[in-house]
Amino acid sequence: MALSDLFNRKRKGDGDADAGPIDAPGHPTKALPKFLSCLANRSQPVLLDLGPVVGSNVTFLGEHLGCKIFVENLFKDIDRHVFEEKIGELPAFFEKRFPQDDASVDGILCWDVFDYLDLRTAYVLAHQLSRILRPGGALLAQFQAAAVQKPGPPTYTRYVVVDPATLQYRPYAAARGQQKVLPNRDIQRMFEPLQVTEQFLLKTNIREVLFRKTASTVAAPPTSAARPE
Amino acid sequence: MWKRDEAVKPTAGPATPSSPAAVSQEVSAVAAPKPPDTRQQIGRDMVNIGKSVVIKGELNGSEDLTVEGHVEGKIELKDHVLTIGPNGKIKAQVFAKAVIVLGEINGNVTASEKVDIRDGGSVDGDIISPRVAIAEGAHFRGSVDMQRKGVAAGMQPQAAQVQQPQAPKPAVAAAAH
Repeated sequence: MALSDLFNRKRKGDGDADAGPIDAPGHPTKALPKFLSCLANRSQPVLLDLGPVVGSNVTFLGEHLGCKIFVENLFKDIDRHVFEEKIGELPAFFEKRFPQDDASVDGILCWDVFDYLDLRTAYVLAHQLSRILRPGGALLAQFQAAAVQKPGPPTYTRYVVVDPATLQYRPYAAARGQQKVLPNRDIQRMFEPLQVTEQFLLKTNIREVLFRKTASTVAAPPTSAARPE
Repeated sequence: MWKRDEAVKPTAGPATPSSPAAVSQEVSAVAAPKPPDTRQQIGRDMVNIGKSVVIKGELNGSEDLTVEGHVEGKIELKDHVLTIGPNGKIKAQVFAKAVIVLGEINGNVTASEKVDIRDGGSVDGDIISPRVAIAEGAHFRGSVDMQRKGVAAGMQPQAAQVQQPQAPKPAVAAAAH
C-alpha cells in the first residue's frame, strides 16, 4: 500500500470516524426495550434513525426487528448550518428535510437531537416527525433533565446499543453545545398529536420519553398559539 | 489494519498479462493506459480491475471481483463476492452475493448474503441484505433493509431479496452534507 493511500483513507473516514471512546461504560435504558416491543409485532417495520451512523446499531435493529432503517444524521445538518453561519435557516431546512410520505414510518429514534436545537427549530422538527409517523408507531427521544456545564468543547453523544436495556454513551466533537433545557410542557406540546406513553428520569440526568401515535390522531399543523415565535 | 488489506493486497502484486475474459463485460468505454496492469486474473477465482481503469456500462461476472478503479453503471455478481478496494469508486447499482467496501460506492447495493462496509469505506445509497456490518470510521448514508433473523418459513427466500434496484431518493440525496 502506498503512503498516499494511507492519507487518502484517513481523509475519507473523517466524517464518521470520530466514534468516541469504545470502552465507554454502559448505561441502562428503560425506554428502548419498550420502543422495540412496540415495533416487534410489525411486519418489516420502517425505522428512522436521526443519530450518527452506528454500524452495530444498524445490525442490532435489523436483526431484532427485520426492519428497513433510514439513517438521517441530523447532527451533521446542525454542524453544517453552524459552520456556514446559517443556523437561523435550520427550521426552514427541517421543513423540507424529510422526503417520507405522511404516516409512512413505524419508528423514529431521535436520541438527544432536540437538546441541540432552539425551541422554534425543535417545534418544526417535532411536527415533521409527527407527520411521517404511522398510526400505532413509536418515537423515542431523550432530553437533558437539567442544564449541566460540561468542561471543554461541546460534544454530541453517539448512543451505541449494547443490548436492549443498555446503551454506551460515546461523546464526539460538536459544533454546537446543548441548548436550553426543555420543560415537559413544551415537549408535550411540540409533539402534539403524539401521546407520551412512557417517561423515565434516569440517573444519568436524561429524560427518556416514548411517544405513540394512536390510530385516531392525525397530525395537524401546530397552531400559532402552540408554535413559538 | 494490515489484516484487512490482505484481501486487497493481490492488486498490488506482480502484474501478469490478463487471460481471456474471466468476467464478461458489456463495457461502453474503457480507458486503460497500462493494459497489463489494469485487469489481472489473480489465482483462479479472483479478478481485479486496476486503479487506472474506468468502466462505464454493465459488468457481469461469475467469479469474485476486486475493483480498484472506477465503475459507472451496473455491477452484477449474483453468486460471488465483490470487493471495492480502497481506491475503488463505484457509481452504480450493485448486485452480488457479498459486498466488501473499502472504497466508495454511490448507488444502491443488493447482496444476498452480506454487505460489509469497512473502516474508510463509504456508501451513499440504499442497502438490501440480510446481514450488514458497518465499521467505525465508515461512512454510510441511505437506508438498510434487512431480513428478520430466524424468520424463515413465512418469509421470502433470500434469493428473492435480490430485487430491482430502487430509485434513488432525490430528497435524501439533496440533504447530503
